[in-house]
Amino acid sequence: MAIDWRPSAEIATLRERARLLACVRAFFAARDVLEVETPVLGQGGSTDVHLVSLATQARTDKGQRRLWLQTSPEFHMKRLLAAGSGPIFQLARSFRDGEIGSRHNIEFTMLEWYRPGFTLAELIEEATTLVAALMPSFAKPVVNYRYRELFHTRLAIDPFTISLEKLRGLAAERGQMLAGALAKESRETCLDLLMSMVIEPTLGRGELSVVMDYPASQAALARRHQDADGEWVASRFELYLEGIELANGYHELTDASEQRARFKEDNTERRRLGLPEVDIDERLLAALEHGMPEGAGVALGIDRLIQLALGKPRLKDVLAFATPNC
Amino acid sequence: MANYSTNEFKGGLKVMLDGDPCSIVENELVKPGKGQAFNRVKLRNLMTGRVGERTFKSGDSLEGADVMDLEMEYLYTDGDMWHFMKTDGSFEQYAVEKKALGDTEKWLKEQVPYTITLWNDKAISVTPPNFIELEVVETDPGLKGDTAQGGSKPATLSSGAVVRVPLFINQGEVLKIDTRSGEYVSRA
Repeated sequence: MAIDWRPSAEIATLRERARLLACVRAFFAARDVLEVETPVLGQGGSTDVHLVSLATQARTDKGQRRLWLQTSPEFHMKRLLAAGSGPIFQLARSFRDGEIGSRHNIEFTMLEWYRPGFTLAELIEEATTLVAALMPSFAKPVVNYRYRELFHTRLAIDPFTISLEKLRGLAAERGQMLAGALAKESRETCLDLLMSMVIEPTLGRGELSVVMDYPASQAALARRHQDADGEWVASRFELYLEGIELANGYHELTDASEQRARFKEDNTERRRLGLPEVDIDERLLAALEHGMPEGAGVALGIDRLIQLALGKPRLKDVLAFATPNC
Repeated sequence: MANYSTNEFKGGLKVMLDGDPCSIVENELVKPGKGQAFNRVKLRNLMTGRVGERTFKSGDSLEGADVMDLEMEYLYTDGDMWHFMKTDGSFEQYAVEKKALGDTEKWLKEQVPYTITLWNDKAISVTPPNFIELEVVETDPGLKGDTAQGGSKPATLSSGAVVRVPLFINQGEVLKIDTRSGEYVSRA
């Protein structure tokens, strides 16, 4: 059989891709946001229970060490913020093991940026402006939703108060899982399933959707605050276009001890699930200890946005060589 | 049988689901940036032929199904069962029920090789070759000279199938038929 050496994307698409990346750089240059480049390899990795990190062995100045391929440039960029960089952005190669599909590639490009002094609302405004700038003749309205409201209107449930038993039943049925498949699963897994399978496909249709006020348990590296109903929620937003999740933004957590506690919680959960623990990034914690300016940051899957801007059906159509062909 | 995890679900893999053997058609990762990953899997039920979708948590597994495709020649029917023989020289015979035979009943011809799908050594489906040559046993008389014009008429073939054929075809002629579409291809 002939070896398939050809690119995943057409050359004409790669030209368009380069043009869009130049637009991104011009967008941030006009706003005085500094472009930075941080390492792909780090001594710490992401403890996030649902991300599988790749790691490699390297001969370093300290001898043989395990180094982690970054799942996003977040930790290094936050260390720059703590060192006084001011607003920064990066087009960063990021790696998530096992993620291959029409919207996923193990190695992908993340557009991540941080805005010291910004509120979440100001960052949402900037992120939606960037998306509109990259999409050809974009005239769609930006529509805001609260997580709770989405579950209420689409599924007629309150995600914060529904009993776990009912939630498991509903998620198994609407998510097309085997009956009883979710019998031991957590609230979060059931909510993730309903969000991914039922709600997401309806978002970003004829509009750019912004989802806010996620459950506090889904805060990751975001702060938590009380919403209008007095419920504790994550200070986090996501953007959706054409049923595709594009970006995830936080009002950033700056409290080092809270951050350490969340990393430890992640590793405890990893142990419970029989997953390997990940080395906690002590340098990030030290940087937070030193002091990171208050502000907001967002990670946007630029490959997906390019895919949508060029009207391509699959992610690999905008990648020079997608993982199956790398 | 071995168990297969969602990351091993490839097109064509045979697994057990709800007690029936299924063939995986498509496997798509569904994963929020922050949160549990799932696999949305399209499967063909090999007993019913129906294609359906199921969602699995990434990392979940299914039991493999002992399913294999074998080439066998059609021999005869006794009215209840249809009998086929392996073409590997073993002369081993399998009896197939009407239910497993399905639509293939109308494409049966002796000594033609068919693909028989076996599950736990029992025939569950029969796939005819893509093209088969069959004799016309009944059709209206052919129109002489009409070899290029459009227009068609029904013709009953020796296997019992009725297909649309060009007007110039006569009874007794052998035709090449595409069994997937049930369409006339050419004179054999």
